[in-house]
Amino acid sequence: MDPRSPEPLASTSKAGEVVHIAGVDKTFVTGGATLTTALQGIDLDIRRGEFISLIGPSGCGKSTLLRVIGDLVAPTRGSVTVNGKPASRARRDRDYGMVFQAPVLFDWRSVEDNVKLPLELMGYDGARRTARANEMLDLVELGEFLRHHPYQLSGGMQQRVAIARALAFEPSILLMDEPFGALDEMTRERMNQEVLRIWERTGITIVFVTHSIPEAVFLSSRVVVMSARPGRITDLIEIDLPRPRDVETREQRRYFELVTAVREALRRGGADTGVVEPDSEVGLASIDRTIAEGGIG
Amino acid sequence: MTSAAAASPGRVTGASQSGGRWMQRFWYYLPAVIVFAGTIGAWELIVRNIDLRGFPLPAPSDIVGALGENWAAGRWPLSKAAGATLFEAVGGLAIGTSLGVIVAFLTARFATARELLLPLAIGASAVPIIAFAPLMNNWFGVLSPLSKMMIVAVLVFFPVVVNVTRGLTQVEPAALELMRSYAASEWTILRVLRLPNALPYFFTALKIGTTLSLIGAIVGEYFGGSNDVLGRVIVQSASALRFDVTWAAIILAAITGIALYLAIVATERAVIPWHASLRSQEP
Repeated sequence: MDPRSPEPLASTSKAGEVVHIAGVDKTFVTGGATLTTALQGIDLDIRRGEFISLIGPSGCGKSTLLRVIGDLVAPTRGSVTVNGKPASRARRDRDYGMVFQAPVLFDWRSVEDNVKLPLELMGYDGARRTARANEMLDLVELGEFLRHHPYQLSGGMQQRVAIARALAFEPSILLMDEPFGALDEMTRERMNQEVLRIWERTGITIVFVTHSIPEAVFLSSRVVVMSARPGRITDLIEIDLPRPRDVETREQRRYFELVTAVREALRRGGADTGVVEPDSEVGLASIDRTIAEGGIG
Repeated sequence: MTSAAAASPGRVTGASQSGGRWMQRFWYYLPAVIVFAGTIGAWELIVRNIDLRGFPLPAPSDIVGALGENWAAGRWPLSKAAGATLFEAVGGLAIGTSLGVIVAFLTARFATARELLLPLAIGASAVPIIAFAPLMNNWFGVLSPLSKMMIVAVLVFFPVVVNVTRGLTQVEPAALELMRSYAASEWTILRVLRLPNALPYFFTALKIGTTLSLIGAIVGEYFGGSNDVLGRVIVQSASALRFDVTWAAIILAAITGIALYLAIVATERAVIPWHASLRSQEP
């Protein structure tokens, strides 16, 4: 960085910190006069190389928070600093890789060309595009499926292509919005393992939205617990499970303790606000269902 | 049904893979072929054996005869007429589709254009085409094929505008977010996302358009113009009580329409093989 013109926001972000969120509120205008407070008073620092999960009931604003970090949604108040610069700059600098719940692959492109898409837009030359795409597809173990089209792959494979695409241009942060929410439990656990392997190999910072407690505990270095109406952070739980984590991790006593800790934090958050936004389920029931679905074992 | 039941064991145990597929196809299409041939046969039998004097329905064999006799020569050279009508239809289809695509791009991109142009498009589509035909003949010359093309163009325009606009605007919201995360410009989004997304809609519009284009061309011809076109042949042969020729022209119009449609379908298969409706089952 040029010493004569220091980034004005660099002073507020400590070293080793990728994301610095300060006093973020987000209100949506819904149907004319009604204001919905999606986020209120969000402060959060994410360190480089961290795996952060955002968990909470439907309507707690966890996806909105992810989009505020990625500059896809502008906050009503407060600031988001990414790599020492405003989030909007970070987006223009292509600091973000995004993975959504749906794979969002383009049907008209082969698997390889889907992974190449961001590289094309970012002006990589042909040879580098091919090399990166091959490397990334090998990373997600889909090297043999280059020429296939997305519809010829299973849901889990499609999501792996989406991850390869998100990592292809070496962003510094990977933002994942319930990426495995549409997959069955078996596939989801395999994908969890996969994403951990990729995270360990690339050292990328991951922000991961989920409504599954076991998933959040298994993956994360820290779990951010959120509550609804207004959406805010009620707890930060450090996950001190040893790494590398594998199938056995899910059978450790400490794992169960942490799952219980997150569950109780969610319950407290829900009880405090009284009302949880009825997205598809209602209130505490939705948390209980999440817990029941996630199950232990 | 007995024949099908008797044949089915042979189908299961029988022949090689590809042979089995051909048999399957054969059994799949057989009922349609039987119904078609049966209808033509019944038509032939009824006209030959029942006295239909005074009711102008020629037998299929007479129609085929008239088609042969008048193919290249005589007062109504049918092949020339079909060619001329096809030319009008395709020309009008091209004009209407081009204008429709341009308007669709404008309406998809600019809200103002949407408000200004869509009412016009809806208005144009609400006018029965028959009302436009004499006008177009007047404006673009009754003897010029351009007047018929413009009638076709008006007819084809609306479905193209509606479908292509929909294809350009109805993209997955997450795909737009993805493009935003790449800091892609509107132009880039149009090129890599909206355009490919609109292609299946475009082909749907074209397929609707082919049917409309022949209707438009023939209706336009009814209102006057050069004689060697299908519409004039139909009008004149009917007034001369040569219904075999009339029917031959009608059937030729249908065949032309089907050929045009199949050409579009073949293009569609070549251009968007990835679309859900066209995917081959085996990867």
